[in-house]
Amino acid sequence: MRRYVILGTLLAVLCGLTIWMTSLGSVGIFRVAPPGKVLHATLRHLQIVATAEALAILIGIPVGFIVTRRGFRFISPVLIGIANIGQTIPTLAFIGMAGVLLGMGFEAAVIALIAYTVLPIIRNTYAGIRSVDPAVKEAAQGMGMSKWQITARVEIPLARPVIMAGIRTSTVVNVGTAAVAGMIGAGGLGEIIMSGLAVRVMAVVIQGAAPTAALAVALDAILGKAEDWTTPRGLKVLKQAQWQAQ
Amino acid sequence: MDYDPEGRSDQEETLIKLENVSKTYTDGTEAVKDLAMEISEGEFCVFLGPSGCGKTTSMKMINRLIPLTSGKISIDGVDTMKLDTNELRRGIGYAIQNIGLFPHQTVEENICTVPRLLKWPKPKQHARAQELLHLVGMDPDIFLRRYPSELSGGQQQRVGVARCLGADPPILLMDEPFGAIDPITRGRLQDEFLKIQAKIKKTIAFVTHDINEAIKMGDTIALMREGVLAQYADPAELLRAPKDEFVRDFIGADRVLKGLRLLRAKNVMKKPPFLVNVGEDPMQVKRRMEEAGLRWSMLVESGDHFLGWITCEDLDPSRLIRDVITPPSVTATPDTPINEALSLMLSSAIGTLAILDDDKRLVGVLSFDVIRDVLSEDVGLEPPCEKVST
Repeated sequence: MRRYVILGTLLAVLCGLTIWMTSLGSVGIFRVAPPGKVLHATLRHLQIVATAEALAILIGIPVGFIVTRRGFRFISPVLIGIANIGQTIPTLAFIGMAGVLLGMGFEAAVIALIAYTVLPIIRNTYAGIRSVDPAVKEAAQGMGMSKWQITARVEIPLARPVIMAGIRTSTVVNVGTAAVAGMIGAGGLGEIIMSGLAVRVMAVVIQGAAPTAALAVALDAILGKAEDWTTPRGLKVLKQAQWQAQ
Repeated sequence: MDYDPEGRSDQEETLIKLENVSKTYTDGTEAVKDLAMEISEGEFCVFLGPSGCGKTTSMKMINRLIPLTSGKISIDGVDTMKLDTNELRRGIGYAIQNIGLFPHQTVEENICTVPRLLKWPKPKQHARAQELLHLVGMDPDIFLRRYPSELSGGQQQRVGVARCLGADPPILLMDEPFGAIDPITRGRLQDEFLKIQAKIKKTIAFVTHDINEAIKMGDTIALMREGVLAQYADPAELLRAPKDEFVRDFIGADRVLKGLRLLRAKNVMKKPPFLVNVGEDPMQVKRRMEEAGLRWSMLVESGDHFLGWITCEDLDPSRLIRDVITPPSVTATPDTPINEALSLMLSSAIGTLAILDDDKRLVGVLSFDVIRDVLSEDVGLEPPCEKVST
């Protein structure tokens, strides 16, 4: 309950700040971004995040899954190594390099974001599938489940909480990285932040920064709830039992 | 001397047949070499041996969890290679040491794994889950909807056994199913499983490295060593006539003591040599006992109803025999295994054990002398004649 109060307050403060700054109209000789532009930039930002995230999920889960299979397991150290190291590259550096390599614009930004946000998804899918108890898989196999049945009825349900956690992390990272992607002409809230910084008008910076923060907080909360829904009940009981045992 | 007849004598038809089965792993290890054996219908066959002897590999080749390198395994005359792997496995119950219950499924869903794969109707699945949970001694009303993490280790193991019986397969493969639990629970589960097996009469291939478990559970024991069958015999035969040095070492120096478990009181008890009837004259009894050199004697009423013990010192003319009875502290039944009987005798002061039937009638006695005769192996562990001929 307390979590929701804090969350609600935080979102209210961030939205309030945005509305307040927008209502100023102008600061000195500079006009702040009009309401329509802020709204449009927010939607654009969501669009970038959603596109990149959806594609990252579509690519990341199958890739993370395939490298757990016996025939592809030899790739996994390399791939998981890349996923781990890739995430240590600062977003600003990553987007900067992407701009140089891919050029400017929406598509270039989305491709860069996919490359960056797919990493936690691959890593968590791999870890989730690998963490399934071998005894459980052996029992499933010994009782005559086909490979597909083992994947669909045993491996995926058991790995789902870990995969969902990966999606959640990557989405939050994505919101922040998308703001940086404004730098390479993707549009979105990053563009407002940059224009504010260029003319050193803090009200404009806040017009871009506060909605970005609000988006990250809101999406994290929503996906946290989704993570909870998709966790099988038996695993929640397990977690609770382990927690009580401590 | 008679032998324990329970389930060991009936010769059924061969159900599982292994012919020249070999397994060589890709790294060159020969896990199983040219194994040939037959498991009869309803037989509880224990694969026994030290780690790395190929016992688990042999068992897993039966349901093709491990593919054979060469040879042939047939079930009921059908070559397993000619069957679809998943169909084959669904027809064979499978239980493992680490249980491998599905943590995200309820006890009911776990038990119904194979019935669901076989697309049984829902009500039939539910009824089956209830029946099986009942069979393994758990209350369906309490446990059907629980998750594995809400169960104790012993309860999980019971559910594992119930699950492997899910679709009522004629064959069960069990890989150290009672290995990972504490000795007390293990003993209880073993007893319960033997009772269940007496009812359901499955053909079982059971892997263990514990010789005591093998002797207790198995109708036959396949003792393996480095991928080769060292000896395949019933427990008594294995204990009485170890084929070679390896078998002898594996069984251990206490093989004669281990063999006691296979005998029951009724097989070795003697007729009571000296009985006192409750109405007899005390002084006369005392004289008879002194002549026979006995300190203790058994007291009966109306021929064979056992009352207790009397001792010379307590007998005197002024008291009736009925008033000087020492009630028996321990007694045994004809079905008490000799190892337990021996332990009872060691714990009582008299050192002679009265064997009573269900109506408390005295049917025999066991003394250290009788058991010593049993202990000398050529007398005691001689199998009955028909066993020698088979």
